Amino acid sequence: MEPHASASPLSQSEFVDRYFMEHRVQVLELAAFLDRLDRARELDAEDDFRLRSLREALAILVDGGGTRVQRVQMTFSDRDTTPLPSLDRQSARGAYDPER
Amino acid sequence: MEYLDLHAHMVSRTTDDYRAMALTGCVAVTEPAFWAGYDRPGVEAFVDYFNRLVDFEPQRAAQYGIAHFTWMCLNPKEAEDRELTRRVLDVIPSYLERPNVLGIGEIGLNRVTRNELAGFKDHVDLAMEHDQLIHVHTPHLEDKWKGTKVIVDTLAADQRITPRRVMVDHAEEHTVEMILADGFWAGLTLYPVTKVGPSRAIDIIEIHGPERICVASACDWGESRPTAIPEFVLEMRRRGHPDSLIRKVVYDNPIELLSQSPKFGLPDREASVAWG
Ligand SMILES: [Zn+2]
Repeated sequence: MEPHASASPLSQSEFVDRYFMEHRVQVLELAAFLDRLDRARELDAEDDFRLRSLREALAILVDGGGTRVQRVQMTFSDRDTTPLPSLDRQSARGAYDPER
Repeated sequence: MEYLDLHAHMVSRTTDDYRAMALTGCVAVTEPAFWAGYDRPGVEAFVDYFNRLVDFEPQRAAQYGIAHFTWMCLNPKEAEDRELTRRVLDVIPSYLERPNVLGIGEIGLNRVTRNELAGFKDHVDLAMEHDQLIHVHTPHLEDKWKGTKVIVDTLAADQRITPRRVMVDHAEEHTVEMILADGFWAGLTLYPVTKVGPSRAIDIIEIHGPERICVASACDWGESRPTAIPEFVLEMRRRGHPDSLIRKVVYDNPIELLSQSPKFGLPDREASVAWG
């Protein structure tokens, strides 16, 4: 095995040619989801912890910094490693709620 | 391309899935003991499940030329009940003698509670007493980072543990580095929606290199793909990677990890011996 380099074998233009369409649609899906929230019957989750995390994540995508995936992952993460005294619910919900 | 699926909950899959896996190059699966989607009513339900893992599933897999191995434990989602944990821990040692049992797993944490952590440590003790490999489940979503940190710190502080005999599974971009840094194996589980799929798994391999990294389908009773590994192989080729690298990740690496158990071996495909 050759010594490892973190570069991808594909050039930028190869990436764009092969993968633009599937990522174009992901941006449109997100835009449509945000529009849908505006049109909702009731605006009762404007400050929902999941939407707050999503807005923070979207800001990371356009801030010009690197390691975007890692930073978005941490935006959704609970950073407190203290074990809970007992089980509160069986499953995670996708974003960290500071007020749980 | 031939491959091993290190994390497949075949009790939840049909025989057609074994067939699809065989047709796409699967030579072996390892099946960690896990949550059924509901809490089991008592220790007898675990005994029934463990019996299936050591008797029925290897027979079903053998019909398609797939070697079936398994890992024993009480999973973290049911570890809140300490009394149940103790009773299940009592029955596990007899299963460790069985020919297809490679170790203890998938142990770990779910919501990261005190009782889950106590149950995790109990299982590590059992693995050490019986010189077993360990397969670790890390929590999902917002609990993943903290749960992985607690697991890795606990294992790294334990002088009895040889990190290369431990696989820490469900790694993602924000946890893979801490797992690899302490010398453990990192598993990437390929989900069709909600978590990591092939393209981000490939990013992780490009960035961290292929040493001590495996991929698996983690197929179970939820939406999942028993053929996630061949899909990963296809995507690796689309991303310009040579077959030598792909083979290392889907075939050589799992064999290197599992060969640390004397019970591990693959069917001899050169000899014409009847299957099953
Ligand atoms: Zn699993």
